[in-house]
Amino acid sequence: MAELTYRDALRTTLIEEMDRDPAVLLMGEDIGVYQGTFRVTADLLDRYGPRRVIDTPISELGFVGAAVGMAMLGLRPVVEVMTWNFSLLAMDQIVNNAAKVRYFSGGQVDVPLVIRGPNGAGVQLSAQHSQSLEATYGHFPGLFVAAPATPAEARGLLRTAIRGKDPVIFLENAALYGMKGEVPDGDFAIPFGQADIARAGKDVTIIAYSRMLQVALAAADRVAGEGIDAEVINLRTLRPLDLRTVAASVQRTHRAVVVQEQWRLFGAAAEIAASIYEQAFDALDAPVERVTGADVPMPYARNLELLAVPHEEDIVRAVKKTLNRE
Amino acid sequence: MREPSRTRESASVKATPLERAPAPLRDAVRWYRTMVLARRFEEEAERAFRRGKIGGYLHVYSGQEAVAAGWLAELRSDDIFFTAYRDHAHALFRGSSPDAVMAELFGKATGVARGKGGSMHLFDVARGFYGGYGIVGGHLPLATGAAYALRYSGTDRVCLCFLGDGAMNTGALHEAVNLAGVWGRDGLCPIVYIVENNQYGMGTSVERSSAVTGLAARFAAYAIEHERADGMDFLEMRAVAARVITQVRAAGRPYAVEVLTSRFAGHGAADLFQPYRSKEEVAKAKGRDPIALLEQRLREAGLLSEADAKRIHDDAARVVQDAARFAEESPEPTPDALLTDIHGLP
Repeated sequence: MAELTYRDALRTTLIEEMDRDPAVLLMGEDIGVYQGTFRVTADLLDRYGPRRVIDTPISELGFVGAAVGMAMLGLRPVVEVMTWNFSLLAMDQIVNNAAKVRYFSGGQVDVPLVIRGPNGAGVQLSAQHSQSLEATYGHFPGLFVAAPATPAEARGLLRTAIRGKDPVIFLENAALYGMKGEVPDGDFAIPFGQADIARAGKDVTIIAYSRMLQVALAAADRVAGEGIDAEVINLRTLRPLDLRTVAASVQRTHRAVVVQEQWRLFGAAAEIAASIYEQAFDALDAPVERVTGADVPMPYARNLELLAVPHEEDIVRAVKKTLNRE
Repeated sequence: MREPSRTRESASVKATPLERAPAPLRDAVRWYRTMVLARRFEEEAERAFRRGKIGGYLHVYSGQEAVAAGWLAELRSDDIFFTAYRDHAHALFRGSSPDAVMAELFGKATGVARGKGGSMHLFDVARGFYGGYGIVGGHLPLATGAAYALRYSGTDRVCLCFLGDGAMNTGALHEAVNLAGVWGRDGLCPIVYIVENNQYGMGTSVERSSAVTGLAARFAAYAIEHERADGMDFLEMRAVAARVITQVRAAGRPYAVEVLTSRFAGHGAADLFQPYRSKEEVAKAKGRDPIALLEQRLREAGLLSEADAKRIHDDAARVVQDAARFAEESPEPTPDALLTDIHGLP
């Protein structure tokens, strides 16, 4: 166990996996000479050379697609998208090739591909650089979607992603790169589809992932001062989605608040809320509440941006609403 | 029908030195037989489509046989290739069983992709066929990355990437071939882009869709060596293929060949009236039928008698009829197949 930042948990896991398996290679824009936009790949070009740490042109469609081809041939590419916003340029490759080629070939190929990078809002990056795309990618069968919320999860989920046989949409968060936490050593890995109960409680279940987990935990602390004992579930992966843990929690607490940074319509929270209704309807004492980003392109002005993303107070308000304590 | 694989193996084990073209008629009778088979196969598929046995889209290769045959005749058995959705003949030339290819078109469990891919997504990875793809240009990045993987893994294997003229105007092409140009500098991209220019992307001609209609020349923008070749003459196509593949294998650098060819049928089975081209144009194209051209060359060389040719055509007809029967009698995928092959998991 060591204390590492989220960034270093990712970086050291890349090193461990590259040392372990020569089939693992890295690709992306400015990951080598430039050391990586968020320095997740710092020093790795020197360590592994240009064949394994490939600086690509600004060409997402091209290099993501090339990585799919490499994966089909047995390599294990880990592709950095500078931010997930840019993955939209590669969407045909991700959706029509990576996600489906195993299926339409009748199972003749594996696609052990990880695409990783920061997802969600930063600070004043405005409309084109602030999107949360988890529901977009969560929609497609054939993909896995992981969203680590802590340094330990960054390591554990990345290791599972790299050693798997399937394309993984690996959603990091720029605000988390500097976060410190205890990270297990050795071959520590977290299986996909196992949510974590980050805080046990009995009055209401708050469901979150990625950066929103920290916001949800802060909200839970805050309502604790008012005598509300909130349980917080950290999903860790959105596909597969661990509905069993969610439903079991709601069976105990009878109330649920789902938190997401992305837009409300057709978002992850809608899927989770619908699943709660399907699996725990009789247990509910109140409608499921959704806390989401505002339904607008992200504005630049800091005050407007702050209005567009969910905060602790929004979660507190939703929790109280489920308890009729507004 | 195992003929094509035998043909290929005999072609592939002989390394071809750069300075020596292959004996022009080596194996040519076998390839003639395989091309005839492909033509009869497509005709049978069109009939089955009209009978409602084949669903979705059906894009036949008739007229273009010499292209894939010429290249695949020179491809080593451990080499790989990708193509678009007009892919039946590519599979047959590589030795996939006509039964399994036809069964795939019929959506049967015995198909090459277990009935999950259909006409546009034939696969035979054991033979190095990494697929048929349905999004125009979408397979170019895959093939380019696959070529990198071959070199990264320390082999001298090569990758062929067949594409249509329609793909020349997709962003995928330009991004992929730029990567190939960059990686090729270090000898890390042994790929041949084979542009099967049949002059129409669906119904829009190269003239009407491309600012520069010399497609080969466009690869110059990415420092990729390129040339134009006749895709109707199997022997010429094969000679080009032998030379280019040898060079690419040795250098690890990409190469592009624009191959001029003709599709005798419509774009797909639904393209009956072909309002974008005249009957005369089609008739003229059929005047240079690649199968007839090869037959003529073989007859002149005394390698094929009229009786041989008739027997080859009769055999092919029988093989495709057997394939259609096999496909018809094969079971559909079981319902549980719906949910398999989505993930491989750890």
